[in-house]
Amino acid sequence: MSQERRFADPAAVRALATRIARLAEGLPRCITIMEVCGTHTHAVAAAGLRRLLPPAVRLIAGPGCPVCVTPVGYVDRAEALARRPDVIVATFGDLVRVPSSHGSLEQCRAEGGAVHVVYSPRDALAVARENPGRTVVFLGVGFETTTPTVAAALAEAETAGVPNFRVLAGHKVMPPPMRALALDPAVQVDGFLLPGHVSVIVGSDAFEFVASELGRPAVVVGFAPTDVLRGVEAIVRQVREGRPAIENLYARVVTREGNREARALVDRFFEPVDAVWRGLGPIPGSGLALREGLAHRDAGRIEVEVCAPVEPHGCRCGDVLKGVIDPPECPLFGRVCTPASAVGACMVSSEGSCAAWYRHGG
Amino acid sequence: MCLAVPMQVLERRGELAIVELDGVQREVSLMLQPEAKRGDFVLVHAGYAIGIVDEQEARETLALLAEMARLEGGEGEPGAAFR
Repeated sequence: MSQERRFADPAAVRALATRIARLAEGLPRCITIMEVCGTHTHAVAAAGLRRLLPPAVRLIAGPGCPVCVTPVGYVDRAEALARRPDVIVATFGDLVRVPSSHGSLEQCRAEGGAVHVVYSPRDALAVARENPGRTVVFLGVGFETTTPTVAAALAEAETAGVPNFRVLAGHKVMPPPMRALALDPAVQVDGFLLPGHVSVIVGSDAFEFVASELGRPAVVVGFAPTDVLRGVEAIVRQVREGRPAIENLYARVVTREGNREARALVDRFFEPVDAVWRGLGPIPGSGLALREGLAHRDAGRIEVEVCAPVEPHGCRCGDVLKGVIDPPECPLFGRVCTPASAVGACMVSSEGSCAAWYRHGG
Repeated sequence: MCLAVPMQVLERRGELAIVELDGVQREVSLMLQPEAKRGDFVLVHAGYAIGIVDEQEARETLALLAEMARLEGGEGEPGAAFR
């Protein structure tokens, strides 16, 4: 749809930048706005939006890249599964180059491990149908946008009788880390740009707590340059007026209640569990595990030998994910850690802050 | 990873649909968005339609942006916003 491109109209982008600059003059202090979606990280950097903002408005990326926040131990387990002769690992492409303790899934595949890159969980189900003698393990990584697609594939596997399809559950949900970051005294966040496509599923009402409980402005925005800038403008205005609220500026796809069908399907297969986020540590209720009655779909129950995870030495991914430092402040950035030879996950995924800064200069 | 793209529904085939964007066609599942109709723009993520684009809202936002551009167009020094 070429209409989506019209949301990048340069005249509107210039107008918004002017409006933000004017509004920012009335700010009592410098403010920090955090986005929590890898697609925003990429969009902001690719369009050079930071360069359009006045010095009083800092826009940072939080833990919105699912691959970046996935702990090393998860990738280690996926590798160990791929080495089993009776298993095929199917994964989104984002995960194959993420460093594990001693390599990556890409390296594992080069050494004979069975790793298939797929575009959709449906494709992983097709791999299972084509290989009835082996267990196909889909790497279930991603936030609220992605989890329903994995639940849908599980539902199809149950209905159509595909017994050899399993999921290694590593899904995460966004509200708990946002709460953790807002309450962390080491992190300054004056407002949140809310993840647009997570909001398609959960609805804008799911973020009411950000204003009511955490007292921060939060605005649902899309991914075009004007979408992001309108969100920044709304937050600056709210800070000036001292009236934090949830605004939905992506109403062309986001409703207050979200996609109930998708959430019902997720609830059928998954339940909340405490989860570890790289950089943020363990956060209660921030992950999703397969429900107890679904042991036959749970790849976490396939026995493999996995050693204690080894984090890359000197990598400051964790501080980048919390927005405590900008990527160039990491001593490895651009020297030993580049997209071609990444040390940390944030440099691997195109949605990672480090990769975005490296490619587009912030 | 949460990238999703609006594509137009050309045809429904049970729980599947053929969708199109700029001449590229794909088959997607409507399991998460069963009420999508022919002609709708659906938001496609990882092989599934996860939402429907509200065309009226999209048009209103574009009208608002055009108005902002018009209002701001005449004032200030050209390029001032980019420094």
